[in-house]
Amino acid sequence: MQPFASIADLGRGLARGDYSARELATFHLERIAAADDDLNAFIHVTQERALRAADAADRRIARGEGGPLTGIPLAHKDIFCTEGVATTCASRMLADFVPPYDATVVARLAAAGTVCLGKTNMDEFAMGSSSETSWFGPARNPWDRDRAPGGSSGGSAAAVGAGLVPCATGTDTGGSIRQPAAFCGVTGLKPTYGRVSRYGMIAFASSLDQGGAFGLSVEDVETVLGAMEGHDPLDSTSAERAPTRRNGARSMRIGLPSEYWTGLAGDMGECLLAAAKELEAAGHALVSHSLPHTDAAVPAYYVIAGAEASANLSRYDGVRFGFRAEDPADLDDLYRRSRAAGFGTEVKRRILTGTYTLSVGYYDAYYLKAQRVRRRIQQDFLEAFEEVDAIAAPVAPGPAFELGAVDDPVAMYRQDVFTTPASLAGLPAMSMPCGFVGGLPVGLQLIGPAFEEGRLLALGHEFQRRTDWHRRHPEG
Amino acid sequence: MDRQTLDRLTRLSQLQLSPEEERLVLEDLGHIVALIDEMQAIDTEGVEPLAHPLDMDQPLRHDAVTEAVDRARFLAVAPLTRDGLYLVPKVVE
Repeated sequence: MQPFASIADLGRGLARGDYSARELATFHLERIAAADDDLNAFIHVTQERALRAADAADRRIARGEGGPLTGIPLAHKDIFCTEGVATTCASRMLADFVPPYDATVVARLAAAGTVCLGKTNMDEFAMGSSSETSWFGPARNPWDRDRAPGGSSGGSAAAVGAGLVPCATGTDTGGSIRQPAAFCGVTGLKPTYGRVSRYGMIAFASSLDQGGAFGLSVEDVETVLGAMEGHDPLDSTSAERAPTRRNGARSMRIGLPSEYWTGLAGDMGECLLAAAKELEAAGHALVSHSLPHTDAAVPAYYVIAGAEASANLSRYDGVRFGFRAEDPADLDDLYRRSRAAGFGTEVKRRILTGTYTLSVGYYDAYYLKAQRVRRRIQQDFLEAFEEVDAIAAPVAPGPAFELGAVDDPVAMYRQDVFTTPASLAGLPAMSMPCGFVGGLPVGLQLIGPAFEEGRLLALGHEFQRRTDWHRRHPEG
Repeated sequence: MDRQTLDRLTRLSQLQLSPEEERLVLEDLGHIVALIDEMQAIDTEGVEPLAHPLDMDQPLRHDAVTEAVDRARFLAVAPLTRDGLYLVPKVVE
């Protein structure tokens, strides 16, 4: 058995009886045991449950009832509720929280026959771009253990990048799937807002949060998305749409927005431009254009995400679930000390920022202003998509940075400059490996119109048939 | 951002900061406010605020009972309960 096999190959191996789902799970559990003290990609490894699920998958395959994901190991970001399995959101607040129900994403992937091996590390409450704010310590980058895997879904990206699981779930609020995918050299898709149910996905910023998938190829990500997506009566913001199918014209117009492409450091710029040229060589036209409000995305995002976070995180009160302070003097003391001890500093900064922008006298100047800027950014994209079929852009200003290197919150927020615009506009966006700078993977971002994931998958698949960047894996 | 504003925000959001945290957060919030102020440069005259990224209305479902709340199961995740109730410090004398 070899790591880094595609889901389709693993499915064929299972169908032929080359190995059982139990053997496949055991193989990956052993890889996790060997690597994870170092990588810290997992918060919990659920070995016994995994083997039970694998046995069930083997019985299903034996009955001839297996699907494309039956028996395929995966990991869930620890933001998705798993019934009977601790779900921490990488916070002390939820360190002992065992949900009484499954997230829809978890239930659907289980119904498809996947075998969950564990829950992956992340930034606390998904607030970060490096997976360093985790209560359980930082996850590390499989290409260089001294570097961050990106965030917030850094554990999922690192686990796939290191070959510990063939695929994993993640969530993306302002770039939390795309940026770690780029940093770890894997493919990651943030679907259109509403494509995937948010039920049971611990809320951070509800008008932005969206579940998605990591894999070793566009094809694998498409397979996982196929089992996750679709309307869910338990999430009224989930959309009723036809399932995603890879589709795209033979010749598309691909926009290169000047705001994203100017000012990139030399090697990054060259690497990304070569990737865009590859799409041109495949028969697509590259078109320069402008998304003029791009620079306002990070400020507007940090207003909206902070405001929504301050409201969403008010539920952590030390009463109904989560961390509770000892011997409270009164109710306010219980709330304050439970929250003071349960939340880390970055979470507190976000709550305080959100409380500020929502408070009397600032609401219009900050919160409503940010929502107006949000519409400007959305209009930029709507106008662009009258001229182009998809947009190609960098994911991040550079490759993975060293752990601890970005220690100023504003500098960390600015890492999200190329990912927050599509988030604010609710658009599907994907990151895929497109080269290396200084031995570290670089990701190319493709952004499409709402519910046109199929177009991104078609372009990405074509790119991956012409290149082998996604087949490069770290040693060890 | 000054100490007085931070005290008010901390109280409103039911948080507490250690003196060391307070010093750091005060400085950080100043920088964060400067960052978010960058968007003030954008002309948004006459632009409607966008609350839902795809501008969709909130759909309503049929008003019917779809699930039974299993009280014991949901209380089981609470840190402190008694007789099927959540426990909080005394709020009335």
